[in-house]
Amino acid sequence: MKHVITALVENQPGVLARIVGLISGRGFNIETLNVAPTLDPTCSRMTIKVPGDDRVLEQVTKQLNKLIDVIKVTDLTQKRYLNRELVLAEVAATPQKRQEIVELIKLLSDAKVVSVQEKSLTIQMIGEQDKINDFLKLLKPFRILDISRSGVIAVARGE
Amino acid sequence: MRTGAQCIMDGLQEAGVKTIFGLPGGAVLDIFARLYHAPFEFILTRHEQGATHMADGYARATGKPGCCIVTSGPGATNTVTGLATAYMDGIPMVCISGQVHSHMIGNDAFQEADTTGITRAVTKHNYLVKKVDDLPRIIAEAFYIASTGKPGPVVIDVPKDIQQASTKVQTPKEINMRGYNPATNGHSKQIEKLAKAINKARKPVFYAGGGVIAGDAAEELTILARKAKVPVTTTLMGLGSFPETDPLALRMLGMHGSVAANHAVSSCDLLVSIGARFDDRVTGKVSQFAPHAVIAHIDIDPSSISKSVATDIPVVGHAKLVLKELIDQIEPVDRSEWLAQVTKWQKEFPFSYNKNEKQLLPQYVIEQIYEVSNGDAIIVTDVGQHQMWSAHFFKYTKPRTFLSSGGLGTMGYGMPAAIGAQCGIRNKTIVNIAGDGSIQMNFQELVVAVEHKLPINVVILNNGHLGMVRQWQEMFYKKEYSASTLGQANRPKNEHIKHEGKDIYLPDFVKLAEAHGAMGIRVTKKEEVGKALHKAFGTDGPVVIDCIVKPEENVYPMVPPGASLTEMVQSMA
Repeated sequence: MKHVITALVENQPGVLARIVGLISGRGFNIETLNVAPTLDPTCSRMTIKVPGDDRVLEQVTKQLNKLIDVIKVTDLTQKRYLNRELVLAEVAATPQKRQEIVELIKLLSDAKVVSVQEKSLTIQMIGEQDKINDFLKLLKPFRILDISRSGVIAVARGE
Repeated sequence: MRTGAQCIMDGLQEAGVKTIFGLPGGAVLDIFARLYHAPFEFILTRHEQGATHMADGYARATGKPGCCIVTSGPGATNTVTGLATAYMDGIPMVCISGQVHSHMIGNDAFQEADTTGITRAVTKHNYLVKKVDDLPRIIAEAFYIASTGKPGPVVIDVPKDIQQASTKVQTPKEINMRGYNPATNGHSKQIEKLAKAINKARKPVFYAGGGVIAGDAAEELTILARKAKVPVTTTLMGLGSFPETDPLALRMLGMHGSVAANHAVSSCDLLVSIGARFDDRVTGKVSQFAPHAVIAHIDIDPSSISKSVATDIPVVGHAKLVLKELIDQIEPVDRSEWLAQVTKWQKEFPFSYNKNEKQLLPQYVIEQIYEVSNGDAIIVTDVGQHQMWSAHFFKYTKPRTFLSSGGLGTMGYGMPAAIGAQCGIRNKTIVNIAGDGSIQMNFQELVVAVEHKLPINVVILNNGHLGMVRQWQEMFYKKEYSASTLGQANRPKNEHIKHEGKDIYLPDFVKLAEAHGAMGIRVTKKEEVGKALHKAFGTDGPVVIDCIVKPEENVYPMVPPGASLTEMVQSMA
């Protein structure tokens, strides 16, 4: 089971190391991690995706809560939440192939071409993680030269 | 305007610090320059590990946070074992380390180490001070964090230029940390539920840990247990939280627990854990731990609850406050049948050893310490067989009278911790019961006790072995005594050493004590023990008693690793 945990933390040096150290020190692999400031510039929000069973993740959540610099931790997996990820994918595209790829991208409302090079296109896609995975599968036949994924960000859904 | 170094002195004074342990070096000279004028007692240790264990022993004995100051680099890295020891057992401590100049950090400067990085996993919290203006707040926060919630060590790493810089900022009037709100009162509904469970239980057991001592709740536990007529077992860390002379005392449970405690836990219908964390040395095989019981767990640390054993009735809160609330809700219940069963176990299987043995036995020495001190001493142990025997053959009746590295199991803890304890409590007999293996790990600190005329008593149960390692090798590793023999005879082939056919004392602890300026006494026979202890307890300075004991003696009962608590081994026969 994959868990998406968000943590509201003090925006201070060393906080990321504490959190990553705590999780990795218990033998868990962090699949994705994202950190950015919140409306309050003294706080940052982290979104961490960690595989592991429920009991183990409950322990991780409690341990994170114990950190002095952590203000609040939520395991979103048990709640209604929205998640998004952004990917930039560079795809091989000779002038002959270019049109085919562009036509495909047009079918997807969340994807667009953000840069055109002589022999490649750079495509941006924003969506839920599964959609991003599907999208990358779709591009595979065109030969993906490189990708960069933002990692998942998530927020609980209001009532 | 105050310098950073002066802010540290003022902050320590405001926090109520009286005694500081430590060792200077280049990166803390500015702090020591102010210390020269400050009103603290300073204990100059011979190794930074000694300083941390002393601060730890001071904290365990007095309940107040211990404090140490060390230099950067090796000074700070030497504290790691002491910090980890305190962290595992929840001991309040503030350790101030020097750091190289701010602009040098990360440059591999002389005596530079990434102290906050290295100590992150062994402290409750740590700080690298970036601005002198933050220092007054950080010191106040450090003491607050160290001593509230589940206590623990806090490191403040202060670069040299921050110590020298000046600030107008004063210590904040109050501490406000949005990420740190330690639990206090337990949830009333949960306490009510627990009270009902206790009133309903026919075969309940209380299982008390170090949290009862840290939370100053021994009195409440005793009142509760006596009112509810519930037998009490304690962990190693919980020794002294309930008087072991009380008929309700089951004594210690777990791997080297009493038969009564382990049987009671295995057959109880309600187990109430109070400030204990279901450590693997306590539970044995988790799936068979308290298999018939409803599990209740009172703990200040939410992460302790359901960590290894699923809890039916969790109560997050301070032990003292929760127990107080609980006492009023307890009803008299007739549990004579259960108590009769418990008494039967206690009578039938007390901690015992062969009293007819001609050779001096370690258990006898500890019984003598109990007799000669009238049970009124603070016992400080190292780690190994002697630690377990100290739990078995001395009866603890008051909190803060048994100081031992329970969680981390740090050999070499005992003597410096005894010194720290004696610094905090001058008028009490303090006995460090040590093994010949453990004592060699921090022997250098004896000189500190000599200098300060601290009358600690170091009783070495010298069996010429790393005894607990030897015991495990005897029981589980085909009697292949690899690297566990400290004497010269019977070493394995690949540990060949010069042996003239006759064992000599190596090191000679009596001479070693004398070289440090302390009294040394060797004891080889039963009849010499009492006399040596009387002499030591009456001496106005540290005494080392080297007791040459039977090497092959084992600690029993023993639950083999991975077995359930009922599968106790009583002897090798």
